[in-house]
Amino acid sequence: MAEATGIKEIIKPENLAYKKSRIMTDNVLSYCPGCGHGTTHRILAEVIEEEGIQSETIGISPVGCSVLLYNYLDIDWQEAAHGRAPALATAIKRLMPEKFVFTYQGDGDLAAIGTAETIHACNRGENILIIFINNGIYGMTGGQMAPTTLPGMKSSTSPYGRDVKVMGNPLKMTDIVATLPGTYYVTRQSVHNPANVRKTKKAMKKAVRYQKLNKGTCFIEIVSNCPSGWKMTPVESIKWMEENMFPFYPLGDFKVPEEQDS
Amino acid sequence: MEKELRLMKGNEAVAEAAIRAGADGYFGYPITPQSEILEYLMEANPVKTTGMVVLQAESEVASINMVYGGAACGKKVMTTSSSPGISLMQEGISYIAGAELPCLIVNVVRGGPGLGTIQPSQSDYFQATKGGGHGDYHLIVLAPASVQEMADFVDLSFELAFKYRNPVMMLSDGAIGQMMEKVWLSPYKERSKTVPEWATTGKPPTRKRNIITSLDLDPNAQEIFNQKLNAKYNEIREKEVRYEEFQCEDADYLFVAYGTSARVCQKAIQLARADGIKAGLLRPITLFPFPEKRINKLADRVRFMISVEMSAGQMVEDVLLAVNGKVPVYHYGRMGGMIAIPEEVAENLKSKIIGG
Repeated sequence: MAEATGIKEIIKPENLAYKKSRIMTDNVLSYCPGCGHGTTHRILAEVIEEEGIQSETIGISPVGCSVLLYNYLDIDWQEAAHGRAPALATAIKRLMPEKFVFTYQGDGDLAAIGTAETIHACNRGENILIIFINNGIYGMTGGQMAPTTLPGMKSSTSPYGRDVKVMGNPLKMTDIVATLPGTYYVTRQSVHNPANVRKTKKAMKKAVRYQKLNKGTCFIEIVSNCPSGWKMTPVESIKWMEENMFPFYPLGDFKVPEEQDS
Repeated sequence: MEKELRLMKGNEAVAEAAIRAGADGYFGYPITPQSEILEYLMEANPVKTTGMVVLQAESEVASINMVYGGAACGKKVMTTSSSPGISLMQEGISYIAGAELPCLIVNVVRGGPGLGTIQPSQSDYFQATKGGGHGDYHLIVLAPASVQEMADFVDLSFELAFKYRNPVMMLSDGAIGQMMEKVWLSPYKERSKTVPEWATTGKPPTRKRNIITSLDLDPNAQEIFNQKLNAKYNEIREKEVRYEEFQCEDADYLFVAYGTSARVCQKAIQLARADGIKAGLLRPITLFPFPEKRINKLADRVRFMISVEMSAGQMVEDVLLAVNGKVPVYHYGRMGGMIAIPEEVAENLKSKIIGG
């Protein structure tokens, strides 16, 4: 009895160490254990809540594992056809320039079927945020080769490993869009440990601020893991990502605004 | 404000009418024979006057998806193209129909298949009226037969699109798009400030979040949605049929034709009547919904019908269904960008009379 009373006394707002962002809904996430999507969603929700932009935010969810993203964040959403999110975002932002508009896309969506929409939205300098989750595989359809699958990496459509002579090389979209005059802020992050979660959150907060400046596209790549698609345990997949993905897709800023802007 | 009289191409009339209808956005990609629409809008630069956004996209695929994005914000948005470009848009059009978004798509049809020709045709009738993209859906399809109707149907299209939350296609052709006629332009309408309750404009604390999607992984729920869509199409079939009759009162023979072909038939009727043959014309203005009841009724008092089209015979299938065996139904068509002349249409009618 005395013990129960003790717990009751501890559960007070001032003792709260962590709570779910109020922007996250109570819907159960559809992701596999160890996947980076959930962490990225939480960061996004926290940024929207902390920046106080819920009522001015329109998100565009892709086709891929995060197709049901609109069930998880309590904001207005549009669900795009595969690869077309930047085209939707272009129109939304141009018709309602005062709103905060972002897309959330995987590597197949952004770097294969939607390459044209991605490049041209960035080239026009559309004043939007593009969040690019790169796990080097098609997760939702069951682990097929993606445009970002590493050389030699196995997938269900590259069962002997990606032979770049036959299947082409991985496309480094972040490197490409950084060369376009239309982009304003281009960075590559990860969410696999607390330090990088904090860095990613900081990058997203910057992107929110930059969108208000009306100076061009913000592009945040998040290199992530796919334990199911890679056929690894979550812990193995993190280790594999650090040893294989990060050397090929180094984390860091590609394009940062001039000092006076940031 | 009064209407203004101008001499314009059909394509220019669409562009000017869009500005005057209070359109919020136009997204397009150049393709013959309709590039004047984008050119006219770029020169008019309406963002400075009405605030209408005009953007040249990187492809028709991007154009239609920009239309999706804008329409999902509750805005009056549109795109225009010609046959090969409209084919590229079919994925997006299916998504727009599935997400129940209002918008205007203008197809200034040219001959196909493939790259085909840049000359006028009516060979996209099936694509426009039967769906075009994947899944069970319909567009509302309006068929203008003059530059005046190219202008008037812009406003009508937006009205119908918002009334039913359904994409509307204006199915024109290269002849009407390119020819110049006098046109009475409606006064400028202000752009709408009202936001539909379903629009994604940012979620205020006062309402639930709005989600625009065409996805439902639960087959039971998807079927219920399909039934709801179908109920909407049936309501449209009931309420929105539009057509025009020309000398049908005493007609023994009936042409059924839309757009450019309807104009050719009007002249063919004059030629036939000069020879004592009482011909008439039913011109469908809406191709979906199709004026099937009226055609069925007219089948009670004509000897046969001829569907005249610039195609291998597409609308004729709907005429056959409407007539339901009451009288013979024939097709007369030119293809590949060729337009029938009135004399050959009148001759075809005569040959059918002699033959029958």
